[in-house]
Amino acid sequence: MNDLLYLHGYGFYVWGSYVVTFTLLAIELIVLRKRTQRK
Amino acid sequence: MTTQTQNIRWFWFSSPATFYPLAGTIAWVAGVLAAALTLAGLYVGFVVAPTDATQGEAYRIIYIHVAAAWMSMFLYVVMAFWAAVGLAMNVRLAFVLARAIAPTGALFTFIALWTGSLWGKPTWGTWWVWDARLTSELILLFLYFGYLALQASIDERRRSDRASALLALVGVVNVPIIYYSVQWWNTLHQGASVSLTRSPSMAKTMLLGMLLMALAFWAYSIAVVMIRARCEIRENE
Amino acid sequence: MLGIARTLVARDLLLAMRRKSDVATALLFFVIVASLFPLGIGAEPNQLRAIAPGVIWVAALLSSMLSLSRLFAGDHADGTLEQMLLGAAPLGVVVAAKAFAHWLVSGLPLVLIAPVIALQYDVAGPLYGVLALSLLLGTPILSIIGAIGAALTLGLRGGGVLLSLLVLPLYVPVLIMGAGAVEMAGAGLAPDGQLLLLGALLVVAAAFAPWATAAALRISME
Repeated sequence: MNDLLYLHGYGFYVWGSYVVTFTLLAIELIVLRKRTQRK
Repeated sequence: MTTQTQNIRWFWFSSPATFYPLAGTIAWVAGVLAAALTLAGLYVGFVVAPTDATQGEAYRIIYIHVAAAWMSMFLYVVMAFWAAVGLAMNVRLAFVLARAIAPTGALFTFIALWTGSLWGKPTWGTWWVWDARLTSELILLFLYFGYLALQASIDERRRSDRASALLALVGVVNVPIIYYSVQWWNTLHQGASVSLTRSPSMAKTMLLGMLLMALAFWAYSIAVVMIRARCEIRENE
Repeated sequence: MLGIARTLVARDLLLAMRRKSDVATALLFFVIVASLFPLGIGAEPNQLRAIAPGVIWVAALLSSMLSLSRLFAGDHADGTLEQMLLGAAPLGVVVAAKAFAHWLVSGLPLVLIAPVIALQYDVAGPLYGVLALSLLLGTPILSIIGAIGAALTLGLRGGGVLLSLLVLPLYVPVLIMGAGAVEMAGAGLAPDGQLLLLGALLVVAAAFAPWATAAALRISME
């Protein structure tokens, strides 16, 4: 498991990319959800 | 007689009232597809595909970097397409679709830039690489921002729709010109060696992972655009 | 049609001459911006010689852009623009004439002053010609393409900054080809390719941009 996180030292870059990407997409969905519920 | 019915059927969907439920259905289907494709893509990308010889594990970023970059460009073209339809045929729904695409397109452009930067750091040692594709992505981001800013700064609905549509068209015509000139600029100043573009000899599994993520992002975009279009319709009718 | 164009250009030039400060401001901005770079980067001669084409071109870009909002604002304010929209002359011709007048007032002076700036940067002799030619071909493109942005942002609040955001991405190819031509010449290679491309961009822009601008004007003035 630690190996997966560390990824031979590249863990920060790889997971940094994936986490930010999916967080941004999730935020987009949340903002959109708020918008549909508003009306 | 047939042409008449064909025309009626085509324009039937362009009425917001009929489009609304259709968009909802599309959004559901696309959303499920997106989730499935993401899981498949990540599985292939991380479990099945091997480690890269030169770049080690860092290359795994390309699965979302390249997919996001493709989507950012594809969405801009689709946005320009609906802008053209709106201007040529004066159909409100076309403008609604163009507006709905822009935020998602801009988001994917940003993601492409962010992941590109995080890929460049372990590979080339710097947080930013002035290679042709990243620089073109940056300018594409400015094009998206221009569209969003123009739209936001015009209060009157009709003018806002049409002005931003024209801007999108002017932008899409310029994208190849910009890309070509940035490519030339890049070779003049840095030579072809510094580039984030993958060499053509990529393992088949890596390509598959990239393709799956690209399709996943595409399905996601369709879902999000449909939902946003529905919001636009609801807020303005 | 040429008569209409000539009259329009003459009119715009006359109006510009009445407000000489506008012309002078654009020119002064160009000179000042070019003078800022050595102050910021340092006056090392080799470095200045290397960055000179880029700096001069960016300064020309910014200066040209600043004066764009003036293109339609005056006519819009006193109702002349509406008359032009309703008039008999094709709007594309009107727009092309105005863009040409704009270039004569804001772009051509830059072409003439640029050698002086190049002198400040100790640019090598043979490059002056290429520099002037690249600006001569490039600055009209800036005016023509900029007109689209000016038409789209007509009368909007936050106009100037919004205009820059819209127009600068479109300026990038002109900047790359223009500065690139001078840099090629500086490296001892022939700048023909870049200059020809600039010429091609000019022709294409002159052919298509006025119609896009006319469409933008109609959208803005509905």
